[in-house]
Amino acid sequence: MKTVFAQSVPGRTACLPPMPEERAEAFIPANLLRGKRPALPEMSELDVVRHFSRLSRLNYGVDSNFYPLGSCTMKYNPKFTENVAALPGFANLHPLLPQIKSAGLYTQGALEVMYESERLLCEVTGMHAFTLHPMAGAHGELTGAMLIAAYHKDKGNKKTKVICPDSAHGTNPASAALAGFEVVNIESKDGLIDPAALDAVLDDEVAALMMTCPNTLGLFEKHLPEIVEKLRKVDALLYYDGANLNAIMGKMRVGDVGFDVVHLNLHKTFATPHGGGGPGSGPVGVSERLEPYLPISRVDKLRDGRFFLNYDYPKSIGFMAPFYGNFGVVLKAYAYILRLGGEGLKRVSEYAVLNANYMRKLLEEHMHIPYNRICMHEFVASACDQQAACGVRALDIAKALLDKGYHAPTIYFPLIVKECMMYEPTETESKETMDAFVQDLIEILESAKTDPVALQDAPVTMPVRRLDETKAARSMILIDPA
Amino acid sequence: MKTPENLLYSKSHEWADIDGDTAVIGITDFAQELLGDITFVELPAVGDTVAAGAEMGSIESVKAASELYAPVSGEVIAVNEALEDAPEKVNESAFEDGWLIKVRISGEPKDLLSATEYAELAASEDH
Amino acid sequence: MPFVPHTPEDLKAMLDVIGVTTLEDLFADIPESMRPKSFDLPEGMSEMEVCSHLEQLAAKSRTDLVSFLGAGFYNHHIPKAIDGLISRGEFYTAYTPYQPESSQGTLQAIFEFQTAVCRLLDMDASNASVYDGGSAIFEAMMMAVRATKRSRIVVSEAVSPIYRTMLASYTSNLNLEFITVPHDNGTTDIEKLKAAIDDRCAAVVVQNPNFFGNVSDFTELFEHAHAHKALGIISVYPVMQSVLKTPGEMGADIAVAEGQSLGQPLSFGGPYLGMMACTEKLIRQMPGRIVGRTEDLEGREGYVLTLQAREQHIRRAKATSNICSNQALCALRALIHMCLLGPEGLIRTAELSMERAHYLADRLTAIPGVELLNDAPFGNEVAVRLPISAFEAVDKLVERGYVAGVPLGRYYEDMDDVLLMACTEKNTFEQVGILAEMLGGIL
Ligand SMILES: Cc1ncc(COP(=O)(O)O)c(C=O)c1O
Repeated sequence: MKTVFAQSVPGRTACLPPMPEERAEAFIPANLLRGKRPALPEMSELDVVRHFSRLSRLNYGVDSNFYPLGSCTMKYNPKFTENVAALPGFANLHPLLPQIKSAGLYTQGALEVMYESERLLCEVTGMHAFTLHPMAGAHGELTGAMLIAAYHKDKGNKKTKVICPDSAHGTNPASAALAGFEVVNIESKDGLIDPAALDAVLDDEVAALMMTCPNTLGLFEKHLPEIVEKLRKVDALLYYDGANLNAIMGKMRVGDVGFDVVHLNLHKTFATPHGGGGPGSGPVGVSERLEPYLPISRVDKLRDGRFFLNYDYPKSIGFMAPFYGNFGVVLKAYAYILRLGGEGLKRVSEYAVLNANYMRKLLEEHMHIPYNRICMHEFVASACDQQAACGVRALDIAKALLDKGYHAPTIYFPLIVKECMMYEPTETESKETMDAFVQDLIEILESAKTDPVALQDAPVTMPVRRLDETKAARSMILIDPA
Repeated sequence: MKTPENLLYSKSHEWADIDGDTAVIGITDFAQELLGDITFVELPAVGDTVAAGAEMGSIESVKAASELYAPVSGEVIAVNEALEDAPEKVNESAFEDGWLIKVRISGEPKDLLSATEYAELAASEDH
Repeated sequence: MPFVPHTPEDLKAMLDVIGVTTLEDLFADIPESMRPKSFDLPEGMSEMEVCSHLEQLAAKSRTDLVSFLGAGFYNHHIPKAIDGLISRGEFYTAYTPYQPESSQGTLQAIFEFQTAVCRLLDMDASNASVYDGGSAIFEAMMMAVRATKRSRIVVSEAVSPIYRTMLASYTSNLNLEFITVPHDNGTTDIEKLKAAIDDRCAAVVVQNPNFFGNVSDFTELFEHAHAHKALGIISVYPVMQSVLKTPGEMGADIAVAEGQSLGQPLSFGGPYLGMMACTEKLIRQMPGRIVGRTEDLEGREGYVLTLQAREQHIRRAKATSNICSNQALCALRALIHMCLLGPEGLIRTAELSMERAHYLADRLTAIPGVELLNDAPFGNEVAVRLPISAFEAVDKLVERGYVAGVPLGRYYEDMDDVLLMACTEKNTFEQVGILAEMLGGIL
């Protein structure tokens, strides 16, 4: 489809503001002005609306397609939360308003949302305190890693290393490195953290272990109590990547079992929309010993019930966000939690796990499932048998699924399973949807045996066929040439 | 998979063609196969020094990236500038047109494998 | 059960297939000792109840305040068509376009966003967004550190203090050295910045208009940086950028911006939009998603995520950044905003805003005891010195429905009496007049 730049017609306008009385030259000396006006598109409002409506139709989204993208928790995003976030009392609030004493009164509603959200997340996770500032999961990881660094520095510990299992999401090692740590990788065994491998790298320089539990294979880390014990012995902290919290709400609380830091992905567990890649929100919860280091500002409550922003935390790591994080996203998650309540959240986990196990069972005779036992909210299958038998790879199956109207499972990760396909159906999908999906998937697997070439050609019904990624990387056309 | 007899190999899949006190360095056919379509090669500049076993650059394909390690120590005296516009040469001709750098060797090369030893190593990693 | 479609029959049938009898059986891996010590959450509510609860909380805000708050975050008009378009489920409920064939909408939109950013800032390449304007400066700085293999950063004190405090936090465990060059009575001190740049310097960071609203030309500064093989980083305000000399024209290596002014509601601090652009030479240092144009098997044009070898899912600890989820929907908002306004609309927005700010400055300086912080050129934001504490002045006017600006005392020494005031096209001349009258009245 033509880009907006190719559609531009000089002189065409949509939302043109009135003509100013004087132009820029009247206010700014000529040498400080730009030479040419920016070559942005000139379109009518209908042009714009039609273009973006058409573009949207080239996409799959949860609203239109089953989207079992593992690790991403593509559940239904309740529509009412959008209205809530758009309420003028929230959407029009300038973030600097609380700095003006007499205007503080007019931000009480927003501060209450933040305060209450933190309390609720504490109860869900068993953590002592939360910050809502991190703007996505990875940003939460960075915050958490920095909290860990601040804690050790404050205690006078010389800790330079963070351990990440090979099954960890790529953001974990990247965040630890960005926080200034050396990253130590350990290999999994039987799909789980191997206590022996952990022993081999544990020493006094280890600041923390970052783990995901259930891990990215959808398995519960059975050695968890032992792992906690080992880390305590060397005075290292335990970090929980909460991207998978949707598996365990009401069943286990990370704070109760000894984790010191956790980040949550509100855009996953708490159903805020993924928006084509963001915005998310990655609040971080901490144990009591890490609380003094949390980012500022923090929302505190006065005795008379009023809320205020407290900057007086001398040990704080400082500012991770310009203000209070992605408030608009937090609002949606808050509304979602209130809607579901404790029982509803527990049900989220129960049915997420039910759906994943159901799908795993339906699929187990048709695809290799490397760790085929009761899983949590997701499971990983492998197309290695298909590859060996007929040269069909996970990628081909993924593309064939697109042709059947489904988004594909995650196939680029976890790296420890070859030809991996990570399925996460989520609790909002019905039995019928999963039955139909598995039926279609089985059909694809059958056709792999008879006509593998056709699969390697998939997709054929999408707006484009397979795209040449090598050409894209070599030719680097990253903008529409003027 | 090719492993020319006249070359020496590192465990990290580089080769070195040593001629007197200079060596031409590249990555092996096995390595380029594993990486897939190469899209970018980052190399040291002429005049830089590289140390055996230490990182000297990196190589990227669409879905993977790998650090490059110098098989020998020395000063870089030439780099394959053609790779800037045509990184695919590494795929097409890993042992010839796809060479990476040329160095003037300092010190004795150590811990390098013969073609047979390297072929065994590659076979054991290829699963 | 809200958002869970299972009937009791479904549940039974599914448990049978799995071969267990209860839901609880699925959690047998979690030993008793690890079960929650408490899970004391409120009971669920109906949609109506939740909405009314949140409406009540929202009603505690006053939405009729006439605001002159800015400091990098501006109350511009947002065309109504944006909300309708970004709410389309195919945009709103999709994720990162890992499968390009079923994500051409998102991918083309990002490609168009990258193009618009580059055209606005006059740079070669852009990415799909980072979290906000502050983390964009941090990422730009890290790009410079990697590209130059140096660790010293020279920052102007006239760069937003909100962002400078973020930079200080982000880098507290990294071996980087900051040199903060004082502002000169609110203007960016180019000569002092030049003097601070030497051969150990990775980059110099400036802002235009600077935090006090002043506009400068940094061409010479960036030339000086280049002479020392250091990079020039500039943070800009997208609306004003439609008229101001561009980062490209000044020779900047990396340009970043907070994109809030392009169609994002103020929303109490986020979600906002970190925009980043750079020269061709630096593309491989860029963090985050980048979309490229390519062809499919049949030679049709299409779009993919490209240069992914920079990113965390491939490079892990050695990635250019840890960013994964970004602010994609905010980037889409900004793109649609730019399309709806077009070049003329964006320029007029800047001009209308400036016109009001200059009128405000004229009115205020007519009040005895009030003066502009300096006489350097400014756009839509201006810092004024008052004869009384700026905190006090602002406080007094709030109950009369006006928020006069941001008092600068908490950001800079000796500025308790300085007020930073911003105008947008939404502030009417009449409101500006009333504010001037009221301020005059309390001084
Ligand atoms: C397990 C895991 N950890 C961390 C992240 C990073 O979260 P975000 O994309 O919000 O930065 C993700 C998401 O992609 C994830 O699946």
